[in-house]
Parts: sequence; C-alpha cells; structure tokens
Amino acid sequence: MNGNRGAARAVRIARVAVPVSFLALFFAWPLAAIFGRSLRASALTDVLTDPVFRRVAWFTLWQAAVSTILTVLVGLPAAYVVARFEFPGRRLFRAFVTVPFVLPTVVVSTAFLALLRPGGPLAFLHWQRGVAPLLVAHVFFNVAVVVRTVGGFWANLDPRREEAARMLGASRLRAFRSVTLPLLAPSIIAAASIVFLFTFTSFGVALLLSDPAHATLEVEIYRQAVNLFDLRTAAALALVQIVAVLAVVFALARAQERRAVAQRLVGGTESARRPRGRERIVVGGVLGVTVLFLGGPLAVLVWRSLHVGGNWSVGSFRALGSSASTTTLFVSPWAAVRNSAEFAIVATVIALVVGGLASVAIASRPGRSTRSLDAFLMLPLGTSAVTVGFGFLLAFRHLPFGFERSPLLVPIAHAVVAIPFVVRAVVPALRSIDPRLRDAATMLGASPARVWREVDLPITARAFAVAAGFCAAVSLGEFGATLFIARPDWPTVPIAIQRFLGRPGEINVNQSLAMSVILMLLTIVVVFGIERVRVRDLGEL
Amino acid sequence: MLQVEGARVQFGDYRALDGVDLALVAGETIAVLGPSGSGKTTLLRVVAGLQHLDAGRVCWGGDDLARAAPHERHFGLMFQEYALFLHRDVAGNVEFGLRMMTSDRAARARRVDEVLDLVGLDGFQSRRVASLSGGEQQRVALARALAVSPRLLMFDEPLGALDRVWRHRLLTEIRSILDRAALPALYVTHDHDEAFAVADRVAIMRAGRGVQLGEPVDVWRAPVDAWTATFLGFGPVVAAEVRDGRVHTPWGSLRSSSPLEPGAVDAIVRPDGARIDHSGAIDATIVRSTFTGTRVELAAVSGSGPALTVVVVPRDAPAVGDRVRLSIDPDALLVYPRRAD
Repeated sequence: MNGNRGAARAVRIARVAVPVSFLALFFAWPLAAIFGRSLRASALTDVLTDPVFRRVAWFTLWQAAVSTILTVLVGLPAAYVVARFEFPGRRLFRAFVTVPFVLPTVVVSTAFLALLRPGGPLAFLHWQRGVAPLLVAHVFFNVAVVVRTVGGFWANLDPRREEAARMLGASRLRAFRSVTLPLLAPSIIAAASIVFLFTFTSFGVALLLSDPAHATLEVEIYRQAVNLFDLRTAAALALVQIVAVLAVVFALARAQERRAVAQRLVGGTESARRPRGRERIVVGGVLGVTVLFLGGPLAVLVWRSLHVGGNWSVGSFRALGSSASTTTLFVSPWAAVRNSAEFAIVATVIALVVGGLASVAIASRPGRSTRSLDAFLMLPLGTSAVTVGFGFLLAFRHLPFGFERSPLLVPIAHAVVAIPFVVRAVVPALRSIDPRLRDAATMLGASPARVWREVDLPITARAFAVAAGFCAAVSLGEFGATLFIARPDWPTVPIAIQRFLGRPGEINVNQSLAMSVILMLLTIVVVFGIERVRVRDLGEL
Repeated sequence: MLQVEGARVQFGDYRALDGVDLALVAGETIAVLGPSGSGKTTLLRVVAGLQHLDAGRVCWGGDDLARAAPHERHFGLMFQEYALFLHRDVAGNVEFGLRMMTSDRAARARRVDEVLDLVGLDGFQSRRVASLSGGEQQRVALARALAVSPRLLMFDEPLGALDRVWRHRLLTEIRSILDRAALPALYVTHDHDEAFAVADRVAIMRAGRGVQLGEPVDVWRAPVDAWTATFLGFGPVVAAEVRDGRVHTPWGSLRSSSPLEPGAVDAIVRPDGARIDHSGAIDATIVRSTFTGTRVELAAVSGSGPALTVVVVPRDAPAVGDRVRLSIDPDALLVYPRRAD
C-alpha cells in the first residue's frame, strides 16, 4: 500500500518534471543560447540598423499579409459551399482540402517547381523562382485553415437570419454583407491569424520557391548561419523573429478574446441542403476550381515523377537505388526514407510521452500553476522551426561525448515542435471525462494506475491517435530545424529532396520528384490512416 | 460496523463537514437527508475515501480507515446520474469491478448474469449503455455496485434524475434488495419521502452538522427544531406564547403535548395535525382546495393567522368558501423555544 502511494507520488512529480525538464533542456536552453549570442557585441543594433535586414523584415511582413488576404479570398467560397450545401462526396472534399495542409513543405515546393519548370503545364507563364510562386504556394498550403475554421463556424449559423434579412428586402449580397459577414468575422479573423503566423514564419517554400532577393527572416537566418557562418548576425535575426512572432501571437490572442466575448454562440443546426437551379453552377464551379487548384500541383508531381525523358517510366524510382544518387546524398535515398521513418517513430513516442504527461498534469488540476505549464508548453508553437534548429546548433555545439552529432537530436527537435499539438489534442479529451467515472472505477476496486488504463486511456485513445498521426506527419515533413542539425550521413527525406533540388541535371530533378511522391504518400498514410483505424475500433463514443 | 467520528472537511473558508458523528449497525440503512450544500455528499465521499478528512476519523469494525485507499475499502457507491462507462456495454459496466478481483472469465460472466437478473435487466448484457432509458441506466449502476458484493453500499441521490413512476418502482426494489442482502447502506437524498421510504434510520444534516438521527416515525413525529420541521415540509411557523399550560396562537388557544416552558415560542402544525371536527374550537373558512388524486389539500383561514393545511379524502371535501370547525391534535402542535434564526 505504501509502495502504491509512493508510486502515485512519483507519477505526480514525473508528469510535471518530465515535460518541464525536457522543454527546459531542448527548448529554453537553445533559445537562451540564441539570446546570449545576439546580445553580445552589439549584434542586435547592427542588425536593426542595417537597411538590408530591414528590407528582409519588411518583405517577411508584406508577403505574409498578402498571402493571408489571398488565402482568405480563395478559401471563403469553398467554406461557403461546404457549410451550406449537401453534395455527393462532401466529406471526401473536406478531407481532400486538408491534404495540402499536412503535406511537407519540400513536397509542395517540388510540386510547384514541377508545374513551372520547362515542360510543366504552367511553363508558359515563365515564372522564375520568386514572389509569385511563393504566394501561390502559401495559398495552396493554408486554404484548409480557412475552409475548416470558417466553414465549420458557418455551418452552425442559422440560415434563417439571412432569410429574414432577405424578407426585409435585402438583396442576396446585401444580406450576406450586413448579416452573415459580421457573424463570420470572428472565425475569419481566427483563421487569418493562423495563416498569417504560418506564412510569417514560412521557411521551406520560401527557401525553395523564392529567390535570394526575396528572402524571409527565416531564410535569412539560415543563410547567415549556414552559408555565411555568421552566427552573431543569425542570432540577432532569430531574436528579432522570436520577438515579432510573440508580439503577433499576443496581439491576435487579445483580439480574439475581445471578439469572443462580444459574439454569442449560435445553435448548431445542420443547415446544409442540396443546391438548386443556378446554385448548382456556383457549387460546381467552386468545387471544380478548388479541386483543380489543390489537386493539380500534386497530380503534376505524381505525373512527372512517372515520366523520364517524356515517356512513362518508373525509372526515377528505380534510380533511387543507383550509385549516382548515392554520390549526391552520401547515402542511398532508401536510407533517407528509413531515417525519416525511424525519426518519425522516435519523435512521435517522445512527443506522446512528454506531451501526454503534461496533458494529464494540466487537465487534472486547473489552477495558476498548471496554466503557466500550459503556456510554457505552447511556446514552441510561437517559435519557428528554424529558430529551434539554430538554437540546437548553438546550444549543443560544444557538448562532450559527441552528443551534438548524435542522430537522436533530430527526432528530439521534431518532438519539441510536435508537443504543443499533442497537448492541444489530448487536454480537451481528458477534460471531457466526467471525474465521477474515475471515482466510480476507484470504488469498484481499480487502483489509480488501473483507473488511468480503464477510463482515461480508452476515452482519450482517439485524441492520442490523432496526435500520433500529427506528430508523425510533423516529423516526416520537418525541414527548417532538421536542416541545421541533421548529420550529412543521416539525411531525412526532406533533406535529400533539398539536396537533389540543389543539383543541376534531369536525373536530380527526377530523384527529387520520386522522393517527394514517396514522402507525400507516407504523410497521407500516417495522418489519415491512423485516424481511420482508431475510429473504427472504438465505434462512436 | 461503520463509525464516523468528528468528521471535518474544509474547502478553503467553507466548512463542508463540521464534526459529524454517525454509526451504522449491521444490515441497517441510514438515509442522510438534507438540503443541497448541507454536506451529505461530502460525508459519502469521506466514507468512500474519495475525500480527505481534515479532522476526525472513519472506522470499519473498529479499524481506522485513514490508511486504506478508496479502491481497497470494498465499499460500493452509486453516483448521482450513475456515472456509467459509456465506452463499455451493460455487461462491461457490471463486470468492471469483478475484473479488478478475478481473472476467471466464466465466473465473472455468471456473476454478471446473476446481478442483472436481480435488477431485472436479464438479456441486456450486450446493450449499449447510451441506448438505455434513465431507469434502466440506474439499474445498471445498481447492478455494477452490487456485483462485487461490497461490505457497504452507498447511494448519492440515486433517483434524482428519474420521473415519478420510475422513482417509486426503483425505491421499492432498492429497499427489497438491501433487505434481502442484509447489506448496510448509506443513502443520501434531499427528498424526505424517499428517505423515510428506504431507511431504517434517518440522519438529518444542516450546514455540515448532523441535527437529528432517528427512526423515520420518530423524526416525523417530533422534528428536533423549527428548521428541521420546516425542512420536512411542515408549516407555516407562527409566533406564539406559552401561558398557563396552553399555547396562544393566532388561531386561538391550543393544547400541545410538546414540553412547555412559559414564554415566547415558535409553533408549527404538522401536516396531519389539523382536521375537520364539528366540536373543534377553531372557526375557519376554506379559501383554497387542491385536488391531488387520493386526497384534497384545503387551505383554511382562521383569525389573524396564516392559512392552515387540512388534508381530507375527496369524498369529505367542503367547497371553497364553506365555514368549517377545526381541531388540532395536541400531539401534532409542535412548539419550539423562539430562536434568533
């Protein structure tokens, strides 16, 4: 009995101590290393007064704002159609819209390059790498955010409000503008905030699709640190980036809070119906354009990966085993696939354990101390992957035992990025459990550990499965942090793709296409596969 | 069997239990009766071990349970709104406690069938809990608590969410199951009808303290103070004066079998105390008549006092506006020394 109690106390301590020390070591320390670097020898003032870096900051802000506006404009019609109309394949369409969002940035970049490159369907545009492909790729990525966030909210708005306005003599457009739009505003702002944050810290597509004259802060940090090895300047830029992101997150959270108070929640009536008459054209048009926009680049990616020299061929995939690609990569491309899979498993396990323990601590005791734990765990969300990777580089450079060269650092960095998602998925599920269920199990003779296994775990299994899928996807596609810390002889698939893209010649292009297709399929399988299996296992809860 | 001594529980500045004593003898059912916030659920949770005691102790057969974890106490608890496991079917719920005790699947299945039969849910084994009616869910909860043969069974407002018909049926069943199993039980409720119907003894709680403990008949006949009488639905309370061995009320000068000290008092008439009596001393007018099926509740006004309630069978009910003579049973005129509250 005393042993039991000792164990219970150990668990109580561990569920706070493990996440806190993990993040202290692998998040706070790297960040502190950046701070230390940038505050030394007036690096910060140098950066802040340099017109070059001011231009970079301005471009980062500018492209994020334009990307956000474009994304909202493209996403709203699809959100409307999904929210208001019933059509065959509606659920499939919603899932489809989500696909680009979970895809790795390198895959999307490769797909857009395949579109624009000579021989691609959009080659006639003669777009070079630069601002235009960057903006389009940002829209491609983030449309899902608008469709899911705004569409979900829109579906719960009572359509009779709009009908009432029309009965009072308002035109369709007028009714939308004066009734629906103000009600939708909070959800649009919420979606736009997320999109802004993502595009502000955009790295992968910015590095691969834009040109050096149009670098974002993220790209510039990477360039300074890795290409020019100017750690001082890179650290100062990273600090600017951290402060800017935190300011944006804080401002948006405040804006949303104010909105949320003013907005009364509307009853959740299912308001979708089949389109009639001219609506059919609108619905069909929106669906067609959206599917073409989101599916087109991916289809072209697959199509071009299956062509060599203008003919159908699986040669690109077969060439992954050849010695030529091994020379480029130092290892066989299949080794990169294996690395990615192993890193994904390790990162997922770490993130689920650390994030799971933290979730239990946060959910079990609402109060000031757990709120600050919650906030602490969310910090990686507001920190870009490049910052994390660069922080690792600075913090673990001079460690004994060759730890700084340990391949384990890669999945650890991935876990740092993924932990906030685990907490966001699991805490609400744990909080939804009626505490009396645990009491009931206890009274029936279940020890605390047994209660957790019999009550908490089955009820939160779905949330854990979703979190696991997401962690694996994050790890598979992670690019910004990995670029800093992956050993040359331990590349992941995104790193391999980037290396292939950096070399001239058709053979390398084909390799990047083939690897991107593999990575895309892997990601889709982990995100949608895991969720599917668990849902069927549990039935509807 | 169960002894609770000086139980005290503090939530911040709020004292949920303020020195409660209770002793349960073998096979007995005690109903803990009180308004919401009186600490009765806290008392149950203390006995269960789910709530930590700030002072006092809980003993079983003379052994202090302070070091026994709740899952080691072998007490059963039926929760308000049942707290069933929605991720398991009916059998899975009932079997839960058995799985903690034995790995013998066949024995568990036998016991599940046995208990489900006992509560009248034979054949419900593989039904989903969410598809059951409130009454059926309540029976599953009862079966789940009974399956492990606890040494004490506790009920926390078990019938709260049910409609009248189900309440009545389940109350009778709970009573007969407790009698048959000779299981000691603590039954928490805010409803005195339910408490009187199910319990051997009733413990009335107010603001974290026990105010009265006794058999239902005795508690009903002589509530310990005016607050308890009001809580049991007696009323109205009127200011009266004891002089010359009689109680001078707004309805007139009446006799009472309560012990009388001269001076200012609160007087309450028990609902069964006033009756129509041609030789009665009180001259009253019927102002309201409420038909409830088996009886009629009349409101009768006399003198300067508030209306008296008179219960009659429908056949004998006078009409509104009729003048009647009433008498009040001396045993049913309760007199309490006037208190500040």
